[in-house]
Amino acid sequence: MAAVTTTEDLRLVGISKEFETFTAVHPMDLTVPGGSFFALLGPSGCGKTTTLRMVAGLEAPTSGSILIGDKDITGSKAYQRNVNTVFQSYALFPHMSVLDNVAFGLKRKGDRNAMAKAVEALDLVQLGPVAKKKPSQLSGGMQQRVALARAVVNRPDVLLLDEPLGALDLKLRRQMQIELKRIQSEVGLTFIHVTHDQEEAMTMADTIAVMNAGRVEQLGDPATLYERPASTFVANFLGQSNLIEASVTGPPSGGVVPARAHGQDVVVSAELLPAGLKDIWIGVRPEKLRLGGGGRNKMAGLVTDASFTGVATQYLVRMPWGFEVMVVQQNDGSARACVGENVTVSWDPGQEFVLDQNQAEDAGVVVDHG
Amino acid sequence: MAEAVAESALPTRSPGTPARPRRRRANWVPYALLAPGLLWLIVFFVAPMVTTLSTSLQQGNVDDGYVLTGNVAVYWEALQAYWPQLLRSLVYAGIATLLSLALGYPLAYFIASRKGRAKNFLLVLVIAPFFTSFLIRTMAWQSILSGEGGLLEKLLGWLHLGFLFDWFGNVLEFLHLSPNGQILGSPWAVVWGLTYNFLPFMILPLYTSLDRLDGRLLEAAGDLYATPRETFRYVTWPLSLPGVVSGTLLTFIPAAGDYINSRLLGNTNTVMIGQVIDSQFLRVLDYPLAAALSFILLILILGMVTAYVRKAGTEELV
Repeated sequence: MAAVTTTEDLRLVGISKEFETFTAVHPMDLTVPGGSFFALLGPSGCGKTTTLRMVAGLEAPTSGSILIGDKDITGSKAYQRNVNTVFQSYALFPHMSVLDNVAFGLKRKGDRNAMAKAVEALDLVQLGPVAKKKPSQLSGGMQQRVALARAVVNRPDVLLLDEPLGALDLKLRRQMQIELKRIQSEVGLTFIHVTHDQEEAMTMADTIAVMNAGRVEQLGDPATLYERPASTFVANFLGQSNLIEASVTGPPSGGVVPARAHGQDVVVSAELLPAGLKDIWIGVRPEKLRLGGGGRNKMAGLVTDASFTGVATQYLVRMPWGFEVMVVQQNDGSARACVGENVTVSWDPGQEFVLDQNQAEDAGVVVDHG
Repeated sequence: MAEAVAESALPTRSPGTPARPRRRRANWVPYALLAPGLLWLIVFFVAPMVTTLSTSLQQGNVDDGYVLTGNVAVYWEALQAYWPQLLRSLVYAGIATLLSLALGYPLAYFIASRKGRAKNFLLVLVIAPFFTSFLIRTMAWQSILSGEGGLLEKLLGWLHLGFLFDWFGNVLEFLHLSPNGQILGSPWAVVWGLTYNFLPFMILPLYTSLDRLDGRLLEAAGDLYATPRETFRYVTWPLSLPGVVSGTLLTFIPAAGDYINSRLLGNTNTVMIGQVIDSQFLRVLDYPLAAALSFILLILILGMVTAYVRKAGTEELV
């Protein structure tokens, strides 16, 4: 079953989409390696779904071209493309049985073994027993898997997933994330997953393209995006970030560069500092900050909030200049701080990331819509 | 165990036990709400049905009065005398229904695919003919189709296409659909009149079910390699079936009993059963025969509709 086809790269060349009143996607280039699990991540309205629909053939690009391998598919209709979509609403045909839904694509292609393959695909998503039922008789999670089977069974060159887990509850979503990943490695297809859930993207994807306002902000594997975000948008959109204003005060020495942040001397890893940058944001992830003076860079603050989450404790510590940093301390037996306590917050150079200060501090801050 | 069950069942019956007034009162409400509607049905539907049935089984004449004799033979006589008109009614109504479907489906689809104001405007246009009397609208067709200075003839003449009018009449004559090469007074005109008059009843239910159709399903079909034609055949059409079924019923049933179109647009060889019933009741004054014909028509339509709905198998119809 594994890797039946040698999957080819999907390439978007200078693709853009303009609607009457706004530009959904600015001209962009994107290459999705064949057989990879690729995520398009961004807030709603960032153009990720439009990009997906252009690949599916449901939207015609204003400019640019779409290629699978060397084949240009820009001008072809949706039904002519060897691309399938798992829709956000699932869009299962309500008048057909689950099995007929799954066999639909193969039948249109004139596959003689449509039914046998559909049965096999339903087994893959563990829905064999409900093949004869109508979609409306299934739970949301089951419908989601039917939609997946209906797309996967066609062995498309590219499988598009449009926020397919959005309608599921948290527990089911986790389960389906693992399931999707398993299926992807089993069938070896190229998956493009559109989502606004950064955690989902990071859990599942090999490569993530973070999109913002119709442009790709950064492209990379989840660890790189998280550890070395290229913009404040990415830093804030993927996980929590503490951004501290600072300016470089001297030349590098011993692998570090001295800087001054709100009247305190700190050092920044020389290799992380982009050349020629003077006014910077020093970004430190909450779990990289430590309570106590163990790290080389130290700052004093007042604990204003502490919430125990089980595996860790999450603190808000107010810095002398009023900014509240978030510190996450693993629940590893180390001493805990209380609200109102004066603490020292520290980190080592090399644990931070450095960004240009002319970027907005609050770009990509996710307003909690939990 | 058995005794205990019996005992626990007993108290509700024994006179000494207080009843549960709360529950009883609650049970009354649905019936109270149903009562006006039921009463209406009894007075205006059941009672006339019973009197019609009774009339059909009476014998006598207008001057001496009628006596209920249970004369079932009248049904046989009615069938023998008027089976051609009965059959013709069903055939005309059937053709008119198919024509309405063929004309109405694309129209309903078009309206459903419009947005906002355009949609409402088009719907108003569909309903607009109802602002004029059914009779007047049919008479209008009389003057449109007339071969003696009718609107259609004039219009075609003005466009230098007058030959089309004569040509169409000749085709009708050749097909034995017109006795004299005229469009008016032909079976074609009758079927056209029926189609025209009942078209809105076809369009509205079709529109409702097409409007409800989820556009994302059509996208999904396209995504799954279905050509536009296949998308229509496997997705749009089956999902619009409830509208098709109710539309065809709403067209076929009144068309089969129609007595205006054939009179105004047809000739003596296009007489439909509604016309016969009308004249038997109001001109010949043979009430039993007219009542028997009404009942036969009712049973025929009921039978056909039941078979049709069973076959179409739409549970969501009602």
